[in-house]
Amino acid sequence: MIEIKNIYKKFGKLEVLNDINLSFKKGECIALIGPNGCGKTTLIKSILGMVIPSKGDILFNKKSILKEFKYREQIGYMPQIGRYPDYMTVGQIIEMIKKIRNSDQVLDEDLVKAFELEKIVDKQMRTLSGGTTQKVSATLAFLFNPEVLILDEPTAGLDPLASEILKEKIIKEKEKGKLILITSHLLSELDDLITQIIYMQDGTVHFHQTIADLLESTNEQKISKAIAKILKNKSNEQNH
Amino acid sequence: MNRIIKIIFLDILKNKIILAYTLILAILSWSSFGLEDNSAKGLLTILNIILFTVPLVSILFATIYLYNSTEFIELLLSQPIKRKKIWLSLFLGLSLAMVLAFFIGAGIPLLINAPDSVGIMMLVIGCLITLVFVALAFLSSILTRDKAKGIGIAIMGWLYFALLFDGLILYLLFQFSDYPIEKAMIVVTAFSPIDLARIQILLHLDVSAMMGYTGAIFKDFFGTSLGLLLSFSLLCLWIIIPFFISLIKFKNKDL
Repeated sequence: MIEIKNIYKKFGKLEVLNDINLSFKKGECIALIGPNGCGKTTLIKSILGMVIPSKGDILFNKKSILKEFKYREQIGYMPQIGRYPDYMTVGQIIEMIKKIRNSDQVLDEDLVKAFELEKIVDKQMRTLSGGTTQKVSATLAFLFNPEVLILDEPTAGLDPLASEILKEKIIKEKEKGKLILITSHLLSELDDLITQIIYMQDGTVHFHQTIADLLESTNEQKISKAIAKILKNKSNEQNH
Repeated sequence: MNRIIKIIFLDILKNKIILAYTLILAILSWSSFGLEDNSAKGLLTILNIILFTVPLVSILFATIYLYNSTEFIELLLSQPIKRKKIWLSLFLGLSLAMVLAFFIGAGIPLLINAPDSVGIMMLVIGCLITLVFVALAFLSSILTRDKAKGIGIAIMGWLYFALLFDGLILYLLFQFSDYPIEKAMIVVTAFSPIDLARIQILLHLDVSAMMGYTGAIFKDFFGTSLGLLLSFSLLCLWIIIPFFISLIKFKNKDL
């Protein structure tokens, strides 16, 4: 569904993405992990067209996304740090996005109910805590039943209850056959969600494997341990 | 497009600064027209408003508004909207609000107290100057991510066009006073929207008789309908070119 072909991105002299090649298919739930500053968010923003790659191409349903915008109708994006106009209320933000999208699709308001957003509809965005802002972001990402969900650190800042609600929602959408792309640092949280894993470091893809393959090749039960093992092996190789 | 323009327009109208701007313009214009039976003094006051206040408020307000909308722009970018449409809607929304403020504040008293060609001329030029400086604000805010720097650029731009440019022209006039540079001066004025506005308005006021030989040359050129057309198209270029450059930059910007 999404194909990333030889993407490079430089910010000044800093190479953030270096020859990235990836392809994602429907019904997959992919975790994008790696240390801070390895280019995860830049990669995600390139798919969304917010960052324009220096070289390379990204295909969405076999069509290039460069200079395109329509394809974003099929993407729900939840940013790492949701930034919204300070003086708009939660209700106004949701109404505005609905107006801008102007879609006739049935809206998915599960999360509005689950997060009890009705209670804070009249609150201004600047008065919200980080976690509550994340709830609004999550709600907006799921609202239009998109084919692709891109979630940047979705559970960071959410309380355990909210993060459980969100995880259940992600599993539900995955079962509907949607493509879900998640970045996260908390590997333990991803165990029951994901089907594939991508490990990035210094702007390159270290490995892209299905969970089954990963666990088998490392003889581990848990994803976090399997990845730790791979990384240890790698650093050993470099030292010798 | 209309939906986004509407959202931006309504958002700006809620802003108290724009209301204060309208009110100050209205107080200045009404009081200066009310001082004397003759409308000449009132016209001169509005001329000064057009040459100093309107550019300053337009460029500052628009620049600050753009920086404060960073979050809003980011939010829109993740939605299925063309970048060009976002930027154009911002421009149209802001311009509409600023022009409306100028029209209500200064335009209405102008039309009531000086309902002749001079009044209409000033109204049109005031609106054009508003648009020029909103466009320059778009340019200055896209040049840098740093808000303080961007506002600094905006103020420097205003200072340059409102004050420094005149100084430069005076300097040139004195340095080259032995040469016949009057025709060249006409070309030089094209490089400042405020000077274009000033000359165009002054030529239509009675005071133009006092401008001497240079004034006569200006009148020969800008006074004709061709000159009028040219100076209006130059003002329009001052709107289109800065905005167009900012649009190209915005299309390639990483957010």
